[in-house]
Order: sequence, then structure tokens, then C-alpha cells
Amino acid sequence: MLKATLKSVLARKLRLVLSGLAVVLGVMFVSGSFVLTDTLDRSFKDLFATVYSEVDVEVAVKPKVDQDNPEAARAGTLTADDVKAVESVDGVRTAVGDVIGSARPIGENGKVLTTSGAPRVGTAWRDGGQEEMREGHPPRRDDEVAISAYLAETGGFQVGEQVSVLTLEPKRTFTVAGIFGYPGNRASLGGELTTAFTETTAQQLLLGTPGAFSGITVRADDGVSQAVLRDRIQAALGDAYQVKTGEQLAKEQADEIGEGLAFFNYVLLGFAGIALFVGIFIILNTFSIIVAQRTRELALLRAMGASRKQMIGSVVVEAVVIGLIASVVGLGAGIGVGALLANVFSTIGGGSLHLAGIAVPPSAIISSFAVGIIVTVLAALLPALRASRIAPVAALREAATPDRPLTRLTVAGGALSLVGGGMLGFGFAGGSLWPILSGLLLSFIGVALLTPLISRPVVSLIGKLLAWSMPGTLGRRNSARNPRRTAITAAALMVGIALITGVSVVLTSATTSITKVADTQIKADLIISGESTNGQAGGTFGPDRVEKVLATPGVESAFGWYNDGVLIDGQRKFGTVVTDVPAMERIFGLTSTSGTISDLEDGEIGLDEATATALNLRQGGTATVQTTKGEQRAYTVAFVLAKTTLVADSVFLPRSTADEFALAQVNTAFVKTDPGANVADVRKSIEPLFADNPEVSVQDLSSFVRQQTAQLDTVLLMIQILLALAILIAVLGVINTLALSVIERTRELGLLRAIGMRRAQVMRMITVESVVISVFGALLGLVVGTALGVAAVQALKDQGFTDLGIPWMQLGSYLLIAAGVGVVAAILPAIRAARLNVLQAISYE
Amino acid sequence: MTGNVESAARAVDVWKSYGTGEAAVTALAGVSVEFDRGRFTAIMGPSGSGKSTLMHCLAGLDTIDSGDVWIGATKVNGLRDKGLTELRRSQVGFIFQQFNLLPTLTAEENITLPLAIGGQKVDRAWFDAVIDTVGLRDRLTHRPTQLSGGQQQRVACARALVARPEVVFADEPTGNLDSRSGAEVLGFLRRSAHEFGQTVVMVTHDPNAASYADRVIFLADGRIVRELHDPTAAAVLDTMKVLDGDDRLVVA
Ligand SMILES: Nc1ncnc2c1ncn2[C@@H]1O[C@H](COP(=O)(O)OP(=O)(O)O)[C@@H](O)[C@H]1O
Ligand SMILES: [Mg+2]
Repeated sequence: MLKATLKSVLARKLRLVLSGLAVVLGVMFVSGSFVLTDTLDRSFKDLFATVYSEVDVEVAVKPKVDQDNPEAARAGTLTADDVKAVESVDGVRTAVGDVIGSARPIGENGKVLTTSGAPRVGTAWRDGGQEEMREGHPPRRDDEVAISAYLAETGGFQVGEQVSVLTLEPKRTFTVAGIFGYPGNRASLGGELTTAFTETTAQQLLLGTPGAFSGITVRADDGVSQAVLRDRIQAALGDAYQVKTGEQLAKEQADEIGEGLAFFNYVLLGFAGIALFVGIFIILNTFSIIVAQRTRELALLRAMGASRKQMIGSVVVEAVVIGLIASVVGLGAGIGVGALLANVFSTIGGGSLHLAGIAVPPSAIISSFAVGIIVTVLAALLPALRASRIAPVAALREAATPDRPLTRLTVAGGALSLVGGGMLGFGFAGGSLWPILSGLLLSFIGVALLTPLISRPVVSLIGKLLAWSMPGTLGRRNSARNPRRTAITAAALMVGIALITGVSVVLTSATTSITKVADTQIKADLIISGESTNGQAGGTFGPDRVEKVLATPGVESAFGWYNDGVLIDGQRKFGTVVTDVPAMERIFGLTSTSGTISDLEDGEIGLDEATATALNLRQGGTATVQTTKGEQRAYTVAFVLAKTTLVADSVFLPRSTADEFALAQVNTAFVKTDPGANVADVRKSIEPLFADNPEVSVQDLSSFVRQQTAQLDTVLLMIQILLALAILIAVLGVINTLALSVIERTRELGLLRAIGMRRAQVMRMITVESVVISVFGALLGLVVGTALGVAAVQALKDQGFTDLGIPWMQLGSYLLIAAGVGVVAAILPAIRAARLNVLQAISYE
Repeated sequence: MTGNVESAARAVDVWKSYGTGEAAVTALAGVSVEFDRGRFTAIMGPSGSGKSTLMHCLAGLDTIDSGDVWIGATKVNGLRDKGLTELRRSQVGFIFQQFNLLPTLTAEENITLPLAIGGQKVDRAWFDAVIDTVGLRDRLTHRPTQLSGGQQQRVACARALVARPEVVFADEPTGNLDSRSGAEVLGFLRRSAHEFGQTVVMVTHDPNAASYADRVIFLADGRIVRELHDPTAAAVLDTMKVLDGDDRLVVA
């Protein structure tokens, strides 16, 4: 039996290649994700080991509020006395005060240079560090800097040229005194851009305090371990200091990136799962068609005494063989893709991250084989059962058994769709992931089971729109010929398109909601804000600029705000200092539920309603607040704002606390112009105030909103790219179905050619069939996806999704793309059909 | 050489072999034959004698090694796929032994298929005449699966005639039919030749079927070995016996 099965696999190898390909692509996605994230993870571990290779212990000020953003975490600075104190600890060979902060050089085009995630660092030059001077000399004067070779490369700077840098202060221009690199002829350690100043300049520009240090790097005496030295220094300095070993820091930073990578891996695996789910449809379809085509052969086996178990076995063994082969190929391809992507990642920005060698983690191998085989066998199970139910007499029957009625399928599909929809609703309402995911899965299967029933009327309708000539009519009728086959093929396409559609609806609704909130609630005409790339520091400005804006002719009122994390009654919230609270009240149209909205005196805070409720606070109540740099203090609640989408989760603090923030700079300012003033003119008068800061832009409200929502477009694009593989697999399914149909209908095609059908007409016939199936799948996807999106938006109403936005243009383009995909999918089967040897097709001896 | 206006189809010294070297089989060995317009011709011969090959070569379904094939005034050999397709659509009608019809089309759609493919209008009067002759008036909206084997073959006959081709080729059209249905189909082919002036060439191995024809050509080993005019079934049978004897003589 096994031998017979293997022989039959080989005999139909071409037909199985396409369905196997679906598994290969899915497995490739899975193993590629593992290989990519594993390689990057090890590369970052190496990177941080290098970064901290010459650090035994590092001392810093202990952060009072845990910061999410390490770059903004200027918990406080150390003094020369602190350095001396550390130096005197037994076992310390050297203790050097570090001055490290954010420095963003400006490129030749006047724009701030960006990286693909690595920081832009400013530092005080230290002799004897890892840096190796390649050209020129270290900065000796306050108007000199040394820059890393990678920065020189990125910005096109040479020794002796001028370079402008943004720091805590606006643009300052320096002369490049030298260019340095790192051991091993590296331009950077990990793609970072480094500017080294003299110590005094660095202290002023990076820390804002003369004589201050951001941390202390300690080297141990020989024979003193990092841990021992750490404990001694900690004991000597006390609890206000954070003392960590170099190994500890390297591990912490690598772990933090590792967590990000793990999440990234989950996301990729999620998309791989979708691709594999679609793959199941394809394999199921292929096996069903093959079992149907082999009915007589299988019945003959039954008639000769093969048992039902053997019948199931023969199909399952076939599936295992295909799964195995597909897993091996998929694993190999995945390793290639993973390595390729790791290289792409490391070379973005010019060879920045030093890649650790590509290795294949066991997780990649195990998951590849598990996923490949399980998915294939799972998909083959139903066809296997069907094979076992073939009656021996079928061997004697002339025609294939007629299609069974769809009642049972329809009932099961309806039930599954209902259960799935219910779980989705439950999941959306509770905001929990697992009910949503299983609900999605069940709904998709349910709808897929319903498709054969829906396909009859819908397919004939689509076909009527597409088919005007005889070949078209034949193609249309062919696509309606086998509702199950058409339905599964279309359902596979449905999954990808439904997900893309759902996401599009949600994101469009977000854009619509944001735009509407801005239009109806923000009365600002101009918004001054900074772009901070990759969430790194930058794009802030001093409060004096807000005063200057206010003094500009045509400006009626303006306010700016500072933000930083704070702890209020021990909970982390978003702390905001507003330069002019009444101006905010007017421009945002705020109202209070209790207390009067006014500028906050020292010792007063303002809350929004939701935050007040969450903290169980009322107007007049007291709460303790801890800022990044200040002492913990008790504050009284001066006002509580009525619910608004503009400020949520906020704690408003008096102006004096701005200095206790990690960065005492304004990040956004809102401007209202005089009635009758020309907004564009006012903008032109304000812009020069920020000429020395290319990170800050002055925009009118609508362009600001567009800039904010543009990020959603990027999200959509990423999701579209990741779902493209699921759609590609679905396209393979269309090709597969068509190819199998062409084989099945060889005789018909021969007859058509014999009585005078041209090759082009044959191709048109196959193309129409393909387009009908694809458009049907796309329509299903659009309907299901829109329903999903609408449900999600409903559920997110309280999260600010006030308006539903249906992206009609996008949905239309998905439909067009599906039609295009249908045409492309038809190419190979159509050529095959057109090339058919007429004589062979019609011979029956 | 030009096409003879009198003959609907013509083969001149046609050679055709399959395969190469040791395995080469000569299917047609210098066949020359003419089919007069409006006549019903049967081609007979033992299995493997080259009947189907001759028909395929005449109809432009297969290529020939040497010689010439004409359909009406059109020289078939030398035509490329496009020309051959055009020829098959407008000059030639086909009736195969089985699988003649597309299952997705109704009987009427099947009949008018060659016209639909060519984007031509149906000549209603001619269509009606053909339908009434084959007696399918009340079956036009049926699908092939709803028709009996004999009815299916009659649909195929109607289809072969509907474009008024130069020649109708039928390869064992009654091979799969019971004798009554077969008689109906043969009667129709005869009437279409005599009443409509349609040239019909039919391959068969059944002497009874051949007796419906005006002329019978006997093939053996790729050559025309005998010819009968206005045959009776008995005459055909006798000729077959004689040829069979020759064969045995040759083998012995
Ligand atoms: N496609 C082919 N390839 C090889 N040999 C063929 C092919 N078609 C026919 N033949 C051979 O040509 C000869 C004539 O065949 P055919 O015309 O089908 O005979 P008939 O129809 O009289 O039974 C036979 O010997 C047959 O085996
Ligand atoms: Mg034959």
C-alpha cells in the first residue's frame, strides 16, 4: 500500500508542487522569522558586549520615575565630588566622569541626520577610550568636535569642515577637528552617530549644567571582580545612586532589544500563521480534487479488498510525504530569507550593525517540521475520509458521483459563523486577544463552509458582468461547475483580503475620528511641533520661544506644553506642564466638572475626569507626585476636566515643576490667530523663530493632522506587505485549481479546438474563469473584512473611534487588484490549455 | 496544382508516419483520394489501417509528411495554427465517436457553438431545417447529461452541419450507439448529403453503417486497396472477407 501511495505521489508530482508550494511558503515564513530574530538577537548581544567591554562598573543617578525612553532618562547628573568619592573606593583603578547626551548633527541639505534606530550620541572626548583617532585630532577648543567615521560617512563631513549640531540648545556650529573609528576598523559600533565635544562644551550642551556628569565609568584593579566592586561602590555611595556592572548593563540592554525582537517574532509568526491557514485551504482543495479524479481507481482498490483504514492511510501518507518535503524546502528557503533580511537590516544605513554569524536555531527546525507536516496532514484529513467512503461499486459506474447536497455544509458553516461572530463580539467588548483570534478563525472557517451555497448566485452574477463572448460564457459556466472547488479557492483569497480590509476600515476610521476631533475641538490655527525620529530625543524648544510667538503680530493666544512621566500616588501617568492653562481651555474648548480651570499655583494639580476616577481623587483631594528630578511632594487637586478626547490620562502640574522634568523644554505649542488675520502670513512670521531648529516645524492644523495620520498609512502598508504572502498563497490556489481543471477538461478543450476555437479564445475562457473566482473571493473578503472592521470600530468607540470611515477607494482597488490577480493566475494554465495537442486530447483509444 | 472545384476534399499522394527509426510506423503510404461534393463516403479497413489518420490529416488536425491535402479551394498543408483553426471552424464539421458535447452548454448552444466561437450570426432558417431533420426541436434547452447517447450524437451531427462546412468528418459516429439510434444518425448523414448537398466522410468498421454511404473506400496498411459504389451491406461484407483473406495470405 505504501509503495502504491509513493508511486501515486510521484505520478502526480506536478499537481502537488503547487499545493506543496503553499506549505513551503508558510514554513519559509516561520523558519525565516526564527532565523532572522535569532541572528539579530545574537548580533545585539555582541554589540552591547563590545560597548561595555571596557566598563567594569558604571555609576548613575537612580531614576525616580521609571522612564520608558532610555534617552530621555536624564534622572539627574553627578558632580566631580561624586567622581572623587568613587575613585577613593578600594579596588577602583580609574573612575572617569562621562558626559553623554543627545546630539543631532545637521546634514548638508539642512535636515537633521537620522539613523534607522541607533541613537545619535553626543559625548565628551576622553583619551584612552575605545575610540581610535583616524584623522585629525581630538577637540581641543570649545568650537571643535571630533566625529565618528560613520557620522563623517553619513553626513559627508571631512576634517576642517563645519558641522552644525542640535543638542539641548538650538543649532550650534563646530569645526570638525578629527574623525575617529573603533577597533576592527569599524565606523561605528552599531550604526550610531557620535559627536565628541570638549568636556565643558559637552556639559553645557548635553546636560545643561556646567561641571555635571551623566555617569561614571569605573575600571577595577586587577583581581577585583565587577560584582565585588559594584557592591563596594554601592555601599560607599548609598541608595540614591544606581551602580551596575558592565556585564549587567550589556545584558540589560541586549535583553531589552531581545524583548522587542521576540515581539517582532510573534508578529511575524502571526502572519506566517495566516499564510499557513490559507495554505490549508489550498491543500484541502488539491487533495479533494485528486481524490475525486481518482474515484474509480480508489473504488477499484476497495473492490479488491482494501480497508477503509488503508484508504485513509494512503491519502495521509501522501500528505506526510508532501509535508515532509515542503518542510525541508521551506526550512532551507527560510534560512536563506532570514539571512537575507538580517543582512538587509544590518546594512540599512551602510553596514551599521555587525552581524553575528547566521545560525539555525532548533526552534526554527522543530517548528518548520511540526508546522509543515501538521498543516498538510490536517488539510488532507477531510479528503482522506472522503476517499474512505467511496463505495466499491463506484469502480463500475460510468460517471463520477454527482455532487452531494450542500445542506450539511451550510448548516455547519452557519453555526460556526455564528459562534465565531459571538466570540469576536465578546473579544472586542472585553478587549482580549484570544477570543478575537479564535473568533476570527471560526468565522473564516464558517464563511468558507457557506461559500459553496453563496457561490451559485454570486458567481453567475459576476460572470454575467464579465462574460460577453462565447469563450467568456464558457469560462463563467466552468467556474460555476464545481461550487465546492470554486468556493474553497475563493475562500482562501477571502482570508487575506478580509484581514486587509478589516485593518483598512479600522485605520481609516481612526484617521476620520482624529480628523474630526481636530476639526471640531481644536481651535488652534497653527501647531508648532518637533519630529522626533524613532522616539529619540529632539524637536523640543525653549519656553522663551512660546513667548516670542505670542508677541508675533496676528497671534491672539498660544500655549505650549512640556511632558514627562510622573508617579502620582505611585502610579505612572503622563505629566503635563502647560504654559498658559486658560489659553488651553479656550483653544481646546475644555470644561471642568469641578473647580475652575486656571493656571496652577505651586502645590496644585489638575486632572481629567478618567484619571481622577482611576486614582479615586476629587477636587480638593490630595495626592503625592514624584517627578523625574524633584522630590516627592503632596499636591491638591485644583480642577477636574470634563471628559475629552484631547487630553486623556494626564496630570497637569504647575509651571515650576517643568524644571524637575527630564527635559525642561516645550515639545508642542498651539497657536490661535487673531480673527481676520491671515494664517499663512502669521505662519511666515513665526517660522523664522525656529530657523535654528530644523527639527521643529510650524504647520496649520490640517497638515499637522495629516502628518499624524500618515503614520497610520505606514502601519497599513506594513500589514499589507505581510499579508501579501497569504494572498500569494491564495493565488497559487487559483492557479492550482485552474491547472487541475484544465487537466480534467482536456477532452473538452480538445473538442473546442477541433471545432475551431482559437488559442486566444481558449486563453480568454480560462482567464474569465480565473477572474470570476478571484473577484468572488475578493468580494467575500471585502464583505467579511468590512463587517470585522465595523465591529472593531464599534467596540473601540470609547477609545476615541468616534467615527466610522469606510475606505471606498481602497476597497475598490482591492477588487481591481483581485481581478488583476485573476488574470495573472490564469496565465500558466491558459498557456497550457492553449498548447494542448488537439489530437491527443480527442483520441479515445 | 490547384484545388478542384468539383471535389470538397482531396488527398494527393499523402504519406504519414509516426515515430522514428526502428519504432517508425507508416500510417499512410501514398494515399490519393477525392471526395465529391454532396456525396456520402465511408472509409473502412481493419483496426490500425490508417482510417483515423487519413481523416485527421484531411481535416487539418494532423500534419502530413509529404503530398497535398485540399479542402475545397484551400490547401491544408502549409497552413499555420491560425489558418488551420479558421479552416476547422468554417470549412469542416466534426462528429466524434463520443464526448462530442460540452456539458455546461445546452443542446442549442452546443449546436451553434462553432458560429458563436467565430462571432457569426445563426442562419435561423438553416438552423430550423437542420433541427427538424435531426428531430431535436423539443430537446434544445436540455443539457447533454439529460440526453440519451443517440440524441447526443444527433446534436453533434446538427453542430457539424450548422456552419455549412465544406466537409463533415465523422469518426465512428455510431460506434457507441445501439442499432436503432445508430440507424437514425446514419439516416441523417445520408439525408444531409442528398437533401442538403453536404459532403460527408465517415470512418466506420461496421458494414451495415457503410451501406448507408454512396461510396466505400477500403484502407489496408495505409493504402487504398478497394473501392465500392452504392454498396449494400452484403457487398461490403464480401469485400471485407476478400481483403481479410488477402491479409491472411500476406501474413502466411
Ligand atoms: N499518435 C500516434 N503515434 C504513433 N503511432 C500512431 C499514432 N496514431 C496512430 N498511430 C499508428 O498509425 C497507424 C494507423 O492508426 P489509425 O489511423 O488510428 O488507425 P485506425 O483508425 O484505422 O484504427 C497504427 O499503426 C497506429 O498504431
Ligand atoms: Mg481509428
